[in-house]
Amino acid sequence: MMFCSAALADSNLPAAYWSNRQLPDPKQEARAQALMEQLRCLVCQGQSIADSDAELAGDMRDLVRRRIAAGEEPSAIRTWLIQRYGTWISYKPTAEPAAWPLWLAPLALLLIGAWLVRRRIRLRKR
Amino acid sequence: MSRAARFAPLALLFAVIVALVWRLATPVDTNVHSAMEGKPVPEFTLPAALPSKPALGSTDLASGQPHLVNVFASWCVPCVTEVKVLQTLKDSGVRVDGIAIRDRADDLAAFLARNGDPYERIGSDAQSEVQIALGSSGVPESFVVDGKGVIRYQHIGAIERSDVPMILAKLEAAR
Repeated sequence: MMFCSAALADSNLPAAYWSNRQLPDPKQEARAQALMEQLRCLVCQGQSIADSDAELAGDMRDLVRRRIAAGEEPSAIRTWLIQRYGTWISYKPTAEPAAWPLWLAPLALLLIGAWLVRRRIRLRKR
Repeated sequence: MSRAARFAPLALLFAVIVALVWRLATPVDTNVHSAMEGKPVPEFTLPAALPSKPALGSTDLASGQPHLVNVFASWCVPCVTEVKVLQTLKDSGVRVDGIAIRDRADDLAAFLARNGDPYERIGSDAQSEVQIALGSSGVPESFVVDGKGVIRYQHIGAIERSDVPMILAKLEAAR
């Protein structure tokens, strides 16, 4: 199956207007920036769209900034994108069953560690 | 140490090797699939990508007949061979519509002149807006949309000759 990711070929068009421009209102820009850092780039999947150079990431940044400038809440934009791409696009962990190992792992590891050193943990009764 | 416990590290090594070999044999699918399958096409109107071709809007996709919406671009390398396969589909009676991502009219015209033109309509998506609204993450991708405008199937990557029977079956099912 052949698939053309933006890493293999780029368009000839320039970046969208708000891809690389900050919003004039600093509060809005801060909210936009916070959201962009929590959205995954679908091309370079280890980066957020705030960091990625991919064209699709640029278009997503433009989309986020335009919507925040129009007054939309970051959580609404996040939900809209999750409706399109699934939870993989958001870095924020959810409460769904697939994410339970993530939440329970620290507790589980703590308990395993305690069991491993159980002989050294002696409750002294003096 | 009990006899069983002595073999624990070896068992762990064996388990790790099995896991690595399995993952090498069945690599992870890194494609992001659209979550819009089964949902209606989002409302959109795109301007015409070429003066000689009609524009594309979501209302055109709820025409009562299934459509194959091809997300493509003239700068997309696999699209060059995919266009020929789309032509085969068109010759079988499929209605093929195109969404050109980040494309210019002259580049698109040259691309179609060189490779063939199976598209009924082509919409120009210069900022990937409709691409994002559909849950598509790259080019080329194709969407089977039924007569009521509901997305029935997303095909990630170029449609190859071997995929044609499957695509025709999906379009039949979308009738």
